[in-house]
Amino acid sequence: MDTTELERIARQIRLRDLQAVFEAGAGHIGGEMSVIDILTALYFRVLNVWPDQPTHPDRDRFVLSKGHTACALYVTLAKRGFIPEEEISTFLQPHSRLNGHPNCNKVPGVETNTGPLGHGLPVAIGMAKAAKLSGARYHTYVVTGDGEMQEGSNWEAIMAAAQFKLDNLTLVIDHNRFQQGAALAETNDLAPLRPKLEAFDWEVTEINGNNMSEVVSALEHRGLRPHCIVAHTNKGHGISFMQDRVDWHHKVPSKEQYQTALAELSEAL
Amino acid sequence: MNAPINAPKLYDCRDAFAATLERLAAENETIVAVCNDSVGSSKLGGFKAKFAERLVNVGIAEQNMVGVGAGLANGGRLPFVCAAAPFLTGRSLEQIKADISYSNANVKLVGISSGLAYGELGPTHHSIEDFAWTRVLPNLPVIAPCDRIETAAAVEWAAAYAGPCFLRLSRVGVPDLLPEGHKFELGKANLLRQGFDVTLIANGTLTHRILKAAEILADRGINARVLNLATVRPIDEDAIIAAAKETGAIVTAEEHSIFGGLGSAVAEVVVDNAPVPMKRLGVPGIYAPTGSAEFLLDEFGMAPSAIADAAQSLISRK
Repeated sequence: MDTTELERIARQIRLRDLQAVFEAGAGHIGGEMSVIDILTALYFRVLNVWPDQPTHPDRDRFVLSKGHTACALYVTLAKRGFIPEEEISTFLQPHSRLNGHPNCNKVPGVETNTGPLGHGLPVAIGMAKAAKLSGARYHTYVVTGDGEMQEGSNWEAIMAAAQFKLDNLTLVIDHNRFQQGAALAETNDLAPLRPKLEAFDWEVTEINGNNMSEVVSALEHRGLRPHCIVAHTNKGHGISFMQDRVDWHHKVPSKEQYQTALAELSEAL
Repeated sequence: MNAPINAPKLYDCRDAFAATLERLAAENETIVAVCNDSVGSSKLGGFKAKFAERLVNVGIAEQNMVGVGAGLANGGRLPFVCAAAPFLTGRSLEQIKADISYSNANVKLVGISSGLAYGELGPTHHSIEDFAWTRVLPNLPVIAPCDRIETAAAVEWAAAYAGPCFLRLSRVGVPDLLPEGHKFELGKANLLRQGFDVTLIANGTLTHRILKAAEILADRGINARVLNLATVRPIDEDAIIAAAKETGAIVTAEEHSIFGGLGSAVAEVVVDNAPVPMKRLGVPGIYAPTGSAEFLLDEFGMAPSAIADAAQSLISRK
């Protein structure tokens, strides 16, 4: 699938995510908009996955460690055929399998339960190490938030990945520069991320994480060491009044704001 | 069916764990051991010598260790995640909850040197909260074997069981209590001595102590029932209800805080189904003073004679 087509799908996913969050009256729309280009590139270009065989042993593994952006994952999984597209309207409804954080025992395509931050990367290390032990050819991808990198468990995992020489592992840090309460810079600033990962003997690529061709090219890169993509993104990307505004971490648009956002995203289609 | 309580030789159950794991690993190439620089204390030296590439040592990083275990299971491996029980459970409890229990990952958590095993090293190294922390988690059987035979049987069971579990092992020597060839059954208490005056319930390193207490009681003309209750969750409700109804009084003894552990789990079944007087023996909600595990168990009223006294006193309340 070419870049133009991927961009078109990403806009459709943004639109459906916006609708789902508005209808559910909850979600984490800022971080969903920032990560959607990465999810689109993964599911529609990069990952070897088969929606009709979601637990096929040779599938590539993907872990959304920033599990609070589950809605974007659900919309992507639905569009890719893992779950029915009409099921998105059940997001957060009583007994829906689409709750606020993804559940691997209920939603096909989800590999491990995330929600508390700093969990996905250690699990991804285990997945990549399992492939090394068994000789499996699958690749493991994990997406974390940038604020999430404040969790110490990530740095335990980063050390282990280098020690285990996991060249079959790609970490994408969705670097949208904002966490729940404030900018990273005002909280516990990890930037610049590149030298920190390099110091742990990872290969690091920095990209514009909302530029599809850069995202695809970085995700498809293969090297000799664990690979970290520092994806510079915009929180709320694609919706002008949300972009780079910390209060849109998990705010829900008003009806008026929803119409404005809908118009902006529809126009881009 | 009285068990041989006078067996003089004491065994470190870690040896039975290690020998069984090595035997199973020779038959099953998916078995991997994951540890936190605990090769020696987890007795994984033999495993390392035989299956070096299948020993995943993450270093001193317990949160990552448990997450890596979940990922290895996702990738088709059968991980035994081994570490000192206080650090395995306390340091990585959220990983145990989200990555193992909630995700239902097929990971075997093995807590070594649990309870008061690290005696003189002090309360930072005691693991007297782990029953309370783990037995509230769905999908996670919690098992504390009483001797080397039950340890080997439980490890064999765990490898065959399609789901996570927590095996709580000690390093404190215990005699053989169960017959050779004993098969572990999840959620099933073992009747080690029949009696109808009072029931003594324990697991792990306390089981042999309650058997001795039952002997002391017998000398006083009191016939105590003795149950080994290795599985704290799912708990054997039938055996507990029968004990309450048939003996009218229950004493529990555990190498754990009296809050939230084996005694609490038994009491939950008793109050819901057949209320009778109970006495819960264990660490009484304090940080232990300096002393060996054996010293501390005696200090906290779990010498066999003290257990017998507690049972006799409880009978007077029936």
